[in-house]
Amino acid sequence: MNDKIEKWLKTNTFHHGEFWDLRKLIELKEKKGLKISLCIPTLNEEKTIGKEIVILKSELMERYPLIDEFAVIDSGSDDKTLEVAAAFGADTYSASDILPEVGHKRGKGENLWKAIYQLKGDIIVYVDADIKNIHPRFVTGIVAPLINNDTIKYCKAFYDRPMAYSSGIRPSGGGRVTEILIRPLFSLFFPELTSLMQPLSGEFAVRREVLERIPFPIGYGVETAHILDVYKEWGLDAFAQCDLDQRIHRNQSTNALGKMSFGILQTFINRLKSYGMVDRLPELSTLYRQFQAEGNRYEQVTREIVEDERPPMITIPAYRKKYGIK
Amino acid sequence: MSNNSSSIIDSIPEHRDKLSSLREILLANALMIGELPAPTFGEEARITFMSNRFTEEGLQNISIDEAGNGMAILPGTKGEHNILVCAHADTVFSQMTDHAMSVGPNHIQGPGVGDNSLGLAAIVTLPEILKRLNISFEDNLILLGCSRSLGHGDLGGIRFFLENNQLPIRAGVCVEGIQLGRLSYTSVGMLRGEIEVNVPTQYDWNKFGATGAVVLLTKVVQRILEIPIPIEPPTRILFGSLNAGTSFGTQPTTANLRFEIRSEKIGMAAELRQKIEDIIDEIANASDTEIKLSVIAQRTPTGLAYSHPMVKTMRSILNKMDVKPHAEPSVGELSELINKGIPAVTLGLTKGHDKNEFKESIEINPIFDGVSQLVALLQSIDGGFCDE
Repeated sequence: MNDKIEKWLKTNTFHHGEFWDLRKLIELKEKKGLKISLCIPTLNEEKTIGKEIVILKSELMERYPLIDEFAVIDSGSDDKTLEVAAAFGADTYSASDILPEVGHKRGKGENLWKAIYQLKGDIIVYVDADIKNIHPRFVTGIVAPLINNDTIKYCKAFYDRPMAYSSGIRPSGGGRVTEILIRPLFSLFFPELTSLMQPLSGEFAVRREVLERIPFPIGYGVETAHILDVYKEWGLDAFAQCDLDQRIHRNQSTNALGKMSFGILQTFINRLKSYGMVDRLPELSTLYRQFQAEGNRYEQVTREIVEDERPPMITIPAYRKKYGIK
Repeated sequence: MSNNSSSIIDSIPEHRDKLSSLREILLANALMIGELPAPTFGEEARITFMSNRFTEEGLQNISIDEAGNGMAILPGTKGEHNILVCAHADTVFSQMTDHAMSVGPNHIQGPGVGDNSLGLAAIVTLPEILKRLNISFEDNLILLGCSRSLGHGDLGGIRFFLENNQLPIRAGVCVEGIQLGRLSYTSVGMLRGEIEVNVPTQYDWNKFGATGAVVLLTKVVQRILEIPIPIEPPTRILFGSLNAGTSFGTQPTTANLRFEIRSEKIGMAAELRQKIEDIIDEIANASDTEIKLSVIAQRTPTGLAYSHPMVKTMRSILNKMDVKPHAEPSVGELSELINKGIPAVTLGLTKGHDKNEFKESIEINPIFDGVSQLVALLQSIDGGFCDE
C-alpha cells in the first residue's frame, strides 16, 4: 500500500510550474485532436467572476488557444453575475435552461452535471468562481496532465492554503473539512485515496468519457462522490493532482462547514452501502441539527440537507441523441 | 509611417473601434501587473512580468538593468531613430497591502490600478496593439518600465537609464493610467522634503514650555503656513503625510512630516526651502530639541513650449476625441527627459477615481480612446510631425 501511494505521488503529482510551456501543450492538444471546455459554476459571484473571465479568456483563449469553449453556468444568481460574465464575452447559461425536461435542482453539482450536456469538450475543466488570486495556472495545472498522459482521467488541484507558518514546513494543503472528515474516512475505508492532498478542491479537469458515466450529487457531496466512483471504476492511476501554490478565497464559517460535512457524510455512507461495504445501517436522517444560545435558553436550529443525485449523463436520452450514442 | 498628420488623426476613431477586440488582453495585463505589489525599490516582480511579456512578443534587447528598469526594443523598419515609451512601475502601496483587483462591467478597482498598472499594461500590450492595427514604425520603440520613481525613489530608475543609455532618443512619451486628457509638457520645480523632530533622551520635561514632538511639529507647520506664497507663477506647499507618537497618553519624542514644494517659478523652491530651514532653526533653538530638514528630491522647472509641435499634435489628437486637454505640470519621468533635451509629454489613458487610495478605480470604456491617442502620438513622432 505505502509503496503504491509513494509511486503514485511520484508519477501523478505535479506542480503547475512544470507546464509553463503553453505552446508545447497546445501543440500536443492539437495533435491529439482534443477539445477543451472551461466551466465556471456560479451563484452570486459578481465580485470575482469578471476578473476570472478577463484573465482566463485573455491568457488561454486569445494569447494561447488552449481552451476552446468558456462557459459560466449559473444556479440563479440574484446579483449581477451573469451580466458581468456576459460583458466580458463568456457564454452564459442558467442551469435551469439546460435540459429543461429533467427539471431543475439547485446546487453546484447540478451546474457541473448540466455542463456535460451543454459543453462540447473532450475534457471539461471546472474552476470555482470565488478565487481572488485567479491566474492561468488554475487551468493549465489541472488540464496539462490529461493532455500529456492518456491514462489520467481526472486531475484535481491542491494548494498551500494561505495560513501563517514559521517552521518552513508546508502544511499538507487540505482544508478543515478535508483534514477533520475526509482524510479520516479515506484512511479507514479507502487508504489509497488519502494521497489526494485536497479532494474537495473546486478545481478539477475530467475526461468526458468519465464524466458521462458517473452520477452527480447536486449538493455538498459532489466532489467526494466523484472521487469514490472514479476510484472504484478506474483505480488510483486514473487520478492526478497538481500543486497550484496559493489560492485566496472567502473563508466559510464553522457552522457552514458543519452543514457541508453532513452532506458529504450522507454521500459517503450511501456509497459504502452501494459498494456493499457496510450493512445493517439504520435509515439515515436528513435533518442536520445545530444549536444556538439565547440568554439561558438553548435553541435547536435544524436544516434539511438531502444529497439528491443526478444519474450518469449517459443515461439521459437527450444527451445520447446529442452525442450520437446508440 | 503615415504621410500626413491629419490622416493619422482621422484614423483615431477607426483604431479605437478595432482596439476593443484587445480588451481582455489589455485588461488581463493590467490586472496581473496590478496584483503584483511594487512599492518603490521593490518593483522586481512587475518588471519580471514585463520582461516575460516582452519575450513572448519576440522583442529585442530585453533586459533588466542595475537600477531595476525593464527594457525592450520593438525594432522599426529603418531603425535610424528611437522613441522612448515609458511608465513608472512603482506604487505608493506597501508589499503587505492586499492588491486583489475586482472587475465590474465598466470598471476595475484595486490599489494602484490607475497609477500605474494600466500605464504599464499599455506598454506591454503595445506590440500586440500595433500588430492588430497593422501599424509599423520606421523608428525603433524603446519600451521601458521604470523602477524607483516615486517618493524616496526620486526618479532613480529613469535617471539611471538616461545616464547609461547609448541609443539616441528622438522623443519620449510617459504613460500614466489616469486621467484621460492629461497633457503634461512641463515639469514643475519641486522640492520633496522630510522634517523630523526628535526630543533628546535627557530632555527636561519639567521646564517651562516643555512640550512633545507633536506640538513642535504643529508649530513648524503653522509657521510654514504663514509664509507668503505667490499666486503667479503658481506655487504651493503640499503636506503629504505626518507620523508621530505611539499612544494616547505618552509624550511623543519623535515626529515626521513629509511635504513637497511645487512651483513653476525658477528658484522659488530653493527660496522656500531657506525660509523653512530658518523656521526650523528658530523652533529647535527655542525648544532645545533637534529638528532636521532632509531633502529627498528636487526638480527645476523646465518644459516644452505650448507651441512645440509635439504639444500641438497632442492637442489635435485630444480635440479629435472630444477630450479637453488638461495641462498638468509633471514631477515624474518627464522632467528627467526634458532636462536631457528629449522632447517628451506625459499622457493619461482613462478616467479614474480615488487615486492612491485602496479603492482606486479606472473606467474601462475610455481606455480605448486613451490607447488610440497613444498610438496616434507615436505615429506622429515617427512621421516627423513632432520635430521642431
